[in-house]
Amino acid sequence: MKNLSQLKLNEKATIKGFTDEVLSLKLMEMGCLPGTEVSMQLIAPLGDPIAIEVAGYQLSLRKQEASSILIEDH
Amino acid sequence: MSNKARLKIALVGNPNSGKTTLFNLLTGLNQRTGNFAGVTVDKKSGFIKLDNDQEAEIIDLPGTYSIYPKTLDERIVMDVLLDQNHPQHPNIIVVVADASNLKRNLLLFTQIRDMGIPCLLALNMIDVANKRNLKFDLRGLSIDLGVKIIPTNSRNGEGISELKKALTEQLIVPKRPFYRIDESAISTVEAIKAELGEESDYRAYQHAHQSEKLRFLNDTEKAKIEQIKSQEGFNKIPTQTQETLSRYAQIFDIVEKNVKQQNKALADITHKIDYFTTHKVFGYVIFLAILTLIFQAVFAWSEGAMDAIENGIGAFGSWVGNTLPEGAVNDLITDGIIAGLAGVLVFIPQIAILFGFISLLEESGYMSRAVFLMDRLMKPFGLSGKSVVPLVSGMACAIPAIMATRTIESWKDRLITIFVTPFMSCSARLPVYTLLIALVIPDERFLTIFNLQGFVLTALYLLGFFAAILSAWALKLILKTKEKSYFIMELPSYKFPKLKNVGLTMYDKSKTFVIEAGKVILAISIILWVLASYGFNDEFKNAESIVKAEHQELVGTEEFEIKLNAYKLEHSMAGSFGKVIEPVIAPLGYDWKIGIALITSFAAREVFVGTMSTIYSIGAADDDEATIKEMLSREIDPKTGEAFYTPALGLSLMVFYAFAMQCMSTLAVVYRETKGWRWPILQMIYMTAVAYLAAFATYQIFN
Repeated sequence: MKNLSQLKLNEKATIKGFTDEVLSLKLMEMGCLPGTEVSMQLIAPLGDPIAIEVAGYQLSLRKQEASSILIEDH
Repeated sequence: MSNKARLKIALVGNPNSGKTTLFNLLTGLNQRTGNFAGVTVDKKSGFIKLDNDQEAEIIDLPGTYSIYPKTLDERIVMDVLLDQNHPQHPNIIVVVADASNLKRNLLLFTQIRDMGIPCLLALNMIDVANKRNLKFDLRGLSIDLGVKIIPTNSRNGEGISELKKALTEQLIVPKRPFYRIDESAISTVEAIKAELGEESDYRAYQHAHQSEKLRFLNDTEKAKIEQIKSQEGFNKIPTQTQETLSRYAQIFDIVEKNVKQQNKALADITHKIDYFTTHKVFGYVIFLAILTLIFQAVFAWSEGAMDAIENGIGAFGSWVGNTLPEGAVNDLITDGIIAGLAGVLVFIPQIAILFGFISLLEESGYMSRAVFLMDRLMKPFGLSGKSVVPLVSGMACAIPAIMATRTIESWKDRLITIFVTPFMSCSARLPVYTLLIALVIPDERFLTIFNLQGFVLTALYLLGFFAAILSAWALKLILKTKEKSYFIMELPSYKFPKLKNVGLTMYDKSKTFVIEAGKVILAISIILWVLASYGFNDEFKNAESIVKAEHQELVGTEEFEIKLNAYKLEHSMAGSFGKVIEPVIAPLGYDWKIGIALITSFAAREVFVGTMSTIYSIGAADDDEATIKEMLSREIDPKTGEAFYTPALGLSLMVFYAFAMQCMSTLAVVYRETKGWRWPILQMIYMTAVAYLAAFATYQIFN
């Protein structure tokens, strides 16, 4: 299954699940819930971190965290 | 005056929800900062009188996304709300939510609502929401969330009077909780309620989740809760997951029902600005330009104010000196206390300017872009993008810089940042650098464009920066933690900064500095004054007759007094220490005179300049840099017969000051922030060792 770190700039996807239980608690609190739509907004010049739009705002996270978020392409 | 007990009102909300702006609007200038009991988290509170004459204390709690804390500052929210005996435990909570970003903001609200404390919801930034064409059914929202809602705009004060009015009204605590605790946890909740006499289900449930982190529970209570949890099979992670999912499911339904987006939102200006601020070329150019501007401002703009403070305190000191009867008390007050005070107050302009800029950048939303841009560059060194703010602040003063590390979630990243921040060249090092550069570096051009003196100064700042990041890298390899470091950060939309907030931040940070650094510097100044003013050897006791015999012709003149003071300092306790450590510092090129200055620098580095002027018998009237430079350049090395202050010695001293931990106030802050002596002591040993070795190498290379 694809994960969020593989999403390209301006692409959209839907969150399907998580691979890291503890991290998922924090991500869900920030609005990254299964079934929510996310889109890739920014990729930092050195490829990391990234910023996504989720639940109506921009959230920045490292690729390492993003790779724990499983997604389904649109 | 009302005879009712003072009401306590807590403001709670997400970061960037405009909570602090709202707090400033509610309290005006009638606010004070302090610490929460037992912890060093800044507590901001203010007093207002409500419409019904009731006095109320408003407490601005740190911004947080959820009642489950991730950082040190966020923990205080849970502590204050769960501990009924906490001095700041509120009677009313005002939850501040960003209306333009409602779903995420409501998560915290629904958690707070279930705590059983009367609350109000301030739907803030309603202007931004209107711009995005969001239409709210306030009545529907209010019914579905079970709370009174006041729309506010903290930018222009709209809704503030309505909010104040609502605070005087009876607020009902809804009987039905927003979130029904999962069945698997109910037996645990019931057992904890019985054990602690807690009435609310959700509060008991929070005790189960957070027991090990709650400061107000004693060890027996903690052990009891642990026992209950294992007996009843409480499973933290799945329970919390289920809670968050269930809350959000309801929130999504409520928001879909009551908030409508009329037309498609206009393309956000934030995206356009982000294109430049996070661009692979412009992004770094903008960041460096801002840093250069701050750097320039901190040093150039503060000059006049610093001179004014120095002259003012100098004049005050001489007035006190002339007014009080002569003697030891007079000397203690003028040379010990007032001089110590001057050493603290003189840095206020630089600290205020630096934090003014940092606050502007944070208010505008740019700071999180700088963090975003720098994270990848800092990560290999064991630092986080969030270390950027403390490191930049460290160029003014390490004390507020170290306190600014509290936003870093991971303990390891935070500890590394605290450990290396004092390497950044702070403003107290600048007077030392300036004197030594003027003394040993010729005012010449170098490679035709650079000024050699300016080049050396820049090199010293860079040296500090590289020492910081290389030490961070070394620490990263040494420190082992089980805790995984992570980086999750909101990128708020850009806003025009509110100058009132910036002004209050400048005031707060300067005050923190004066209090935190002030008490340590003052104490050390007094100790050092004693060490430099008293001695037990015969030379000190007979100083006057010895100097009289040597300089018969000067007796009665001012120059005699100056010679006498220099002789006394040489034979005082501080002077003896200087001679004791001379063999240790000789390989670096230093003599006992520099030894004394190194010792007195422990109060604050810039004391170096004043000490040198006393040792070299410079009268107070001529106590300016040019005179000190003049005197030092005439000093002859008895062994070689040439000038004592060679470039090699000067550079060695500069390098020593760049690296050495000569700041007791910083050590005190590190002690507080790391809760023990282990880290400040290691930091002191490490930095002194680096300083010694680097100064030794410098002296040997250039000599």
